[in-house]
Amino acid sequence: MAKIIIPTPLRKFTGNQATIETNGSNVLESLQSLAETHPEIKKHIFDDAGQVRKFVRLYLGDEDIKALQNEQTAVQDNSVISIIPAIAGGIN
Amino acid sequence: MKLQLTETAHRLIQEHATEIYPDECCGFLYGNETDVRLVQEAVPVTNSKDGDKRRRFEISPVDYMRAEKYALENNTNLLGVYHSHPDHPARPSEHDLNQAVPYFSYIIVSVRQGQVADLTSWQLNEAGQFEQESILQNENHIQNT
Repeated sequence: MAKIIIPTPLRKFTGNQATIETNGSNVLESLQSLAETHPEIKKHIFDDAGQVRKFVRLYLGDEDIKALQNEQTAVQDNSVISIIPAIAGGIN
Repeated sequence: MKLQLTETAHRLIQEHATEIYPDECCGFLYGNETDVRLVQEAVPVTNSKDGDKRRRFEISPVDYMRAEKYALENNTNLLGVYHSHPDHPARPSEHDLNQAVPYFSYIIVSVRQGQVADLTSWQLNEAGQFEQESILQNENHIQNT
């Protein structure tokens, strides 16, 4: 059971809550738990194939899950997952 | 959608954009929202893009997490980001749209030959397209040029 920190742009899909307690033994299950309790946030995290969207980064504590076991990274009761939107752009 | 900038925030964005020119600058916007979205503070952040910073900007995940923490600790709201378009119009590009998130205001500053030429603000609508936000003039008549 991990706590997920919701970034400001997605808080309108969680009733303005900045953190959500989730169920699940790894990062993916925690995100799926979030999507079940707050369905409107789902399309902002997962693509149509059910994969985490390209422009969403996930951190467990201070570590990028890409440096761990990606979405399969195990979580504990005191784990904190951060959803981080990619902030990027530029001229054409 | 209406947005107002304090004179301090407006000046900081302009100065950052001209200082970093010809690269793209970027930073976070903080403030409060009632009928009007009021940007009280603009905070510069490093353009972490690998490669051509004249055409691209990127904010690192760690800097993003710090920005969210800053908002919580200072009892303010993270309202969006600003970035510059060196020698290009202050209009969102395809790259800007592809990576835009809901709710945030995206302020774009056009800098031409080192001088601020225009400043606009944009927000995604329900259809996922950018809509321009009106920027209200403050009592001191914000100058865009």
